[in-house]
Amino acid sequence: MQGDHLDALVTAAADGIAFDGLVVEPDGDGYVVEVSGERRVVDDEEALRAAVSESPAHVSNWYVWHAETPQKEDRWSFLRWLEGAEETDVPERYDALADGIDTTWGQLRITATRGDEGHRRYRLVHEDDAGADPAALTSYEDPLSARAIAKHDDDGKYRPLKTAPTLQSGWAIDDLSPAELVETVDFFYPATIANWHREREGELDVNHWRETMERQSGIYGVVQTWDRGEGHDHVEWVAEACCDDSQCLKRREWEYDEETDLDYDGGDGEFPCREPCSLVVSAARQWTKLEGEQTQTYEFELTPSEKEQIEAVVDAVADGEAEAIREADLYDDANRYRTRFLRAKLFDEDGNLGGVETDD
Amino acid sequence: MQALVIAAHGSHLSAGSSTPTFDHADTIRAVGAFDEVRESFWKEEPHFREALRTVDADEVYLVPLFISEGYFTEQVIPREFRLDGWDPELWESDGTSADTATLTAEDTGQTVHYCGPAGTHDAMSDVIVQRAESVTDDPEVGEGFGLAVVGHGTERNENSAKAVEYHADRIAAMDRFDEVKALFMDEDPEIDDVTDFFESDDIVVVPLFIADGYHTEEDIPEDMGLTDDYRTGFDVPTVVDGHRIWYSGAVGTEPLMADVLLERAADAGADVDDAIEQVKAETGGAQASGD
Repeated sequence: MQGDHLDALVTAAADGIAFDGLVVEPDGDGYVVEVSGERRVVDDEEALRAAVSESPAHVSNWYVWHAETPQKEDRWSFLRWLEGAEETDVPERYDALADGIDTTWGQLRITATRGDEGHRRYRLVHEDDAGADPAALTSYEDPLSARAIAKHDDDGKYRPLKTAPTLQSGWAIDDLSPAELVETVDFFYPATIANWHREREGELDVNHWRETMERQSGIYGVVQTWDRGEGHDHVEWVAEACCDDSQCLKRREWEYDEETDLDYDGGDGEFPCREPCSLVVSAARQWTKLEGEQTQTYEFELTPSEKEQIEAVVDAVADGEAEAIREADLYDDANRYRTRFLRAKLFDEDGNLGGVETDD
Repeated sequence: MQALVIAAHGSHLSAGSSTPTFDHADTIRAVGAFDEVRESFWKEEPHFREALRTVDADEVYLVPLFISEGYFTEQVIPREFRLDGWDPELWESDGTSADTATLTAEDTGQTVHYCGPAGTHDAMSDVIVQRAESVTDDPEVGEGFGLAVVGHGTERNENSAKAVEYHADRIAAMDRFDEVKALFMDEDPEIDDVTDFFESDDIVVVPLFIADGYHTEEDIPEDMGLTDDYRTGFDVPTVVDGHRIWYSGAVGTEPLMADVLLERAADAGADVDDAIEQVKAETGGAQASGD
């Protein structure tokens, strides 16, 4: 046990300590000391030192959480949650930390460990790399490296939405201090710790669809006109298109408005989404324009298989699976050759389906 | 505790849009001027809306990494950061003179010193000059050279042109370049005719943009005749109508921009004088500023 941990504890004892099963109360010239429910009275400071020295884990645990951990409430709570500090007593927790305690946060696998003196250290990898040989992963130690990792997916495509389930794999960020861990997580998934904590405290400031759209201005002001008092089917479709777990790992907590919930499931994410994001607002602007059009009746002739094929192509694109369809898999309705054949047969030279012109 | 929060535009489409913001934030982090430095974006995350809650400090210096005063600095940023009681009048600006206003964020209770945009700070003139030095690889560049400061123009915001003219006038007053002109993409005098406006054989062209993107990488080079197709690239300098055009790309990528962000915070009361000196020394700004 480090002497400075004891010194700090003795100093704090004058005001009383009650933390994670360790209680120290001034009592006349002496102290009442209680560790994991076992209570005794000691006569002076020297005896206090001797008494708590018998429980080094409790001492270092107290020190770590008061002197080495960010004290901002949300950061502190998040780090406590990572090691199950509210549910697990110190000896059991210290044993678990010696092996490493794993938590999944979005697509991150966070591993909390401790050194001999209780210092917490954290490791971050992609959850798919949880069992990977460390030597096979590119290793980083700087929280800022998270920004570069988060920017592109495994195929090198830009990720405009940080909480999209497309985080690249193949890296590890090691040996992070508590402060560095929260900073790193915040670069991967900005503001998720703050909003998760607010939600746990019952203080999440949700802004629903209507109020968010009413706030928009400039080129986005037009989205206000999409709400016409004719129900909220359009917002259901937005939620299904953009906010499904397959598209975003946040759990949607915003609804149409305070009184009107959406039917579409908000998802199972660990951290909440408190208002439509900038991508949803941008998409809504485009849909506001497109959905202002009136329907027309077009007449095409399709074989039953061709109808199903068009449906399959839409599904493949919507689910991001078009790229994965094997080149020679002609049994797949969304196969490229099959789709090219369909185009060759049904589109005229101007790209009109069935040779039918688009009416404005 | 004091924090610097940088408010930048960002992009849903271009991965490089946020790069200058990150670079300048890292320069400021490295000198330790603030307990925390946080980037925030309109189109990326953390969004303006949620940036303050990621910051521990009670006192925040909020600096827009934008070129001019207008829609973003007067409406979008104060609204999204929930700055209680904001009114553009608080800046008492003539369009280029916004300095700072102190407000409270409604959702977090933090004290926010809301600063004018980086682009209209006087120190930005020095960054433009430094950009000219960088692109010519000549720390003494000036004599025999013309300098064109290029802006978007007034299409969306009249202050956009004011900022360009403001810096062009200030640099002209330095008496360093033979000629200094403000040129625009969508109004006269237009960048398309750049060589008509200069007698000097050598013309440095510095776009007053924060990040490189469509305008600075595609539009402006093609409009000036540096290339028919931006994808094929062009030389620096490129000869157009008998003039050598030294095209610098967006001024916002110049490392000295970090100094402008610090200057904004300093003007709002942040104790960062030592950091300013350090950043200037590291990014080559000491000479340009004439200190």
